[in-house]
Amino acid sequence: MNAPLRRVTIVVIVLFSLLFLNLNWVQFAEHDFYQNNAYNDRVTIAEYSRQRGSIVAGSETLADSVPTEDGDEYKYRRQYPLNEPFAHLTGYQSLVYGDSGLEQTENQILSGEDPRLFVDRLSELFTGTEVAGGNVVLSIEPEIQLAAWEAITGVSEGQVGAAVVLDPRSGRVLAQVSAPSYDPNPLASHDNQESSEAWTAYTSDPSNPMLDRSTRELYPPGSTMKVVVAAAALAAGMTPETEISSGNSYTPPNAGTTITNSENQCPEDELTLQEALTRSCNTSFAKLCVEELGPEPIAEMAEALGFGQQLTTPLGVEASQWGDLSDPAFLAQACIGQHEVKLTVMQDAMLSAAVANGGSLMSPQLIREIQAPNQTTLEFGPEDELSNPFSADVAADLRKMMENVVSASNGTGANARIEGFTVGGKTGTAQHGVDENGNDLPEHGWFTGYAFNGDGEPVVAVSVFLAAAGDGGSGEATRIAGELMRLALE
Amino acid sequence: MTARQATRVPTRRNVELALLLLVILVLFVFQTAVEIALLGELTQTAFWLVGLMGAAMLVAHVLVRIFAPYADPVLLPCGAMLTGIGVVFIRRLDMSAVVFSEEAQALVQVYPTVEDRAALGLFDDPGGRQLMYLFAAVAVFAAFLWLVRDHRNLSRYPFILGLTGILMAASPAIIGQEINGSKLWIDLGFASVQPSEFAKLLLLIFFAYYLVRKREVLSLASRKFLGIPFPRAKDLIPVLVVWLVSLLIMIGIRDLGTSLLFFGLFVAMLYIATERISWIIIGLSLFTGGVLLIYPFFSHLQLRVSIWLDPFADPNGDGRQLVQSLIGLGSGGLFGAGPGAGQPQATNPAANSDFILSGLGEELGLFGLTAILMVYLLLVARGMRAGLGVRDSFGKLVAGGLAFSVGFQLFVVLGGVTKLIPLTGQTAPYMAAGGSSLLANWVLLAMLVRLSDAGRRPQAAPAGPIKIAPPPAPVDDSPTQIVSVPQLAKEPGTGSDPGSDGPPTDPYRTSPSTTPEVKP
Repeated sequence: MNAPLRRVTIVVIVLFSLLFLNLNWVQFAEHDFYQNNAYNDRVTIAEYSRQRGSIVAGSETLADSVPTEDGDEYKYRRQYPLNEPFAHLTGYQSLVYGDSGLEQTENQILSGEDPRLFVDRLSELFTGTEVAGGNVVLSIEPEIQLAAWEAITGVSEGQVGAAVVLDPRSGRVLAQVSAPSYDPNPLASHDNQESSEAWTAYTSDPSNPMLDRSTRELYPPGSTMKVVVAAAALAAGMTPETEISSGNSYTPPNAGTTITNSENQCPEDELTLQEALTRSCNTSFAKLCVEELGPEPIAEMAEALGFGQQLTTPLGVEASQWGDLSDPAFLAQACIGQHEVKLTVMQDAMLSAAVANGGSLMSPQLIREIQAPNQTTLEFGPEDELSNPFSADVAADLRKMMENVVSASNGTGANARIEGFTVGGKTGTAQHGVDENGNDLPEHGWFTGYAFNGDGEPVVAVSVFLAAAGDGGSGEATRIAGELMRLALE
Repeated sequence: MTARQATRVPTRRNVELALLLLVILVLFVFQTAVEIALLGELTQTAFWLVGLMGAAMLVAHVLVRIFAPYADPVLLPCGAMLTGIGVVFIRRLDMSAVVFSEEAQALVQVYPTVEDRAALGLFDDPGGRQLMYLFAAVAVFAAFLWLVRDHRNLSRYPFILGLTGILMAASPAIIGQEINGSKLWIDLGFASVQPSEFAKLLLLIFFAYYLVRKREVLSLASRKFLGIPFPRAKDLIPVLVVWLVSLLIMIGIRDLGTSLLFFGLFVAMLYIATERISWIIIGLSLFTGGVLLIYPFFSHLQLRVSIWLDPFADPNGDGRQLVQSLIGLGSGGLFGAGPGAGQPQATNPAANSDFILSGLGEELGLFGLTAILMVYLLLVARGMRAGLGVRDSFGKLVAGGLAFSVGFQLFVVLGGVTKLIPLTGQTAPYMAAGGSSLLANWVLLAMLVRLSDAGRRPQAAPAGPIKIAPPPAPVDDSPTQIVSVPQLAKEPGTGSDPGSDGPPTDPYRTSPSTTPEVKP
């Protein structure tokens, strides 16, 4: 009976080999499939059992993890002490609704999964002490961020708007505000009822508080677009003193509508480029585009300034667009920031940043520093040049023109003046459709500008956007921008 | 080959002792890793837990020295290792156990804080009970070795054993409780018993008895088909009876696994007894046919098959446990999450029984689970070896049957939780929580120990000191145990071994044989 005993042994070995092969399939070949499976709670539980790193700006903590009370399935809960003004930056970490904002983009470092934290995790294995995730330090200056939030929400009840403040030299984002906003704390609750109620409230709110209006939404820029046109004109060989055709009305070829100026402030037949920008003459810029420049230089300049390009700060920035310029009627409208030209508030701030930084446009960047749990630096946020849209000479001419907008007695940007500092900028007022009765909706108010400190350094560029603020909207935006730049200069 | 005559047969008990100490060390490391992961520190409990288990194992070792001194030294350490891993892991599962809370309408942890977990008593919860079952198992192991000095005594009352076996196997169908759709358990008031585990052993003895007597007849061939000789029609009757009974059991207790196990065991033993491949073909066809026949009327079986075919069809309902088992294993990957660092309770509530191997695979990874698989395979191979070594047909059949049943049951269990075959209600031998299973498997271990002792014991000296050594074995019956033993036996501190105080041993001597050249 020994021979069949051996054969049965072989049968068992074959059965075990099948088990082994199948285990290889499940545990090795299909590892990623199961690891990332929608029904796998393990990743979440593991994530919540380690203290997640903090998101920090200046001396303020924007997001951190605190131990939960006993009995909670998860060991740590996420909280956002400064909630609303910073909610679009931090995003939320929710058991039910996943992650958003920096919680999502910086998850690797915050959760401690980043390869650079491998040694920490390894020591955890041996020492048994739990290692927290790494920290993300933002370039945001909480003071400016809060001031921008207060200023925009203070304009009117439920005011929709956004502001972006940049350091033109490095591209660092000093403030990035979107109003209205939401409180991420209930979304991070471990009580599913609480988080789902908050989610329903936010997502059904017609004002859409979870939309980041500084980077994720495109708006017609109005006259701030004239900075792009002026840059294209200067790059094409004009100077601020070049006389361009003007007047109080202009009907481009094929166009059904006549372009006018808001207060008939440009009656002269000819004005210098600088004067046209200072008075924000729609007619002059429309004619300049249609009769002198043509569509290509406008599109090329817009592209060089970052239009048409999605950016990562590391939050996503939508690509601004110049739209269809093929017909003179469209081109004329585009050059005064209407028709299909649309940009993000971030892009609007980048226009001024490029001018202030002498023609070198830096990529906007929110991250100042990535830290290990013990607060040693792992990495600094990158400082990369995004593009070089125009020469330093063109930049100098543009500066002269934009500073005149603020300083001249008839300039539209007077509200942004800061005593003792050089400030340049451009206001904008944009139409954006009609209501159900056919009446024009209240216009958007814009201001994009920059300021130099006492050492002649371009320390701040800004864009303030007030949606549907109506008459005086751009003046209000200009005032807020001045206030934010003053804070940045201090 | 080795022509030298040795004066003594090594008992190899010191090898067993060394292997057991290694097992205890492995268990201590495992428990330490679990405690560091779940408690953040090594507590006294680890020393007590592993100490008590180790003590029980060493008691078992001493009893083997007394009652079965020539037993295979690998069998007991294999059983001890698997049982110990089970105890440690079930306790680890207790620490992270979850229950459904009516208040929170969600699963909440039973021991939410580290302090709660650290306060978990040595004998609390399923893990503590498993530790007590281990003591009981060692007692049963000892009792068997003490009472059954010669395995042939087991064949004295074959029909009583056989009848008891069938009654026990069928009993849950009549008075059993239904758990997870299958009726495998009987509630005795103070404890739940899974009688099929014991029934398996009783029936196995009966099969062996019966097949030894009928093997000549069953080996007769009447006609050939495709070159394979097939048995006579009238000899099919007993096979058909077993087939019918196993189908009835499957219908009665609604478990494909138990039925598959019984029938597979019977077919394997039939083959070992007759050496006729035709019996395997007949057996497989009968079983497949039977399953296909009752499949349309058996919704539980249909459900098991549909879950097997597509567990993700109902990932939060019927398919949940298999989905979570696969996700656990898959997430574990090659190296696993580490002891105590996984989430094996996701297969709640069967995490410590049917799905204990998924949990181990999640935390120990493919490497760890493969190592466990190897321990099982070692146990099976050593069991088969005991069958090769033992001299009588009855012993060979029993040993082969026991070893095959362990291997086959593991295949059914692990195949089930890894989606190789449909899930059944079987549990991993030695590891899964449950007293019946553990006790029955330690009786099985005791039987293999007894059989291996019978095979290796010099025939002139059934007990006590050995005077005459049996001649060397044919080499194919003694492949692995040649060199290391005498060296180990000479190590200091092992002088109490009754086998090591004789003259120097010959390192090239082989083990005793089933075919002695010299009759004493």
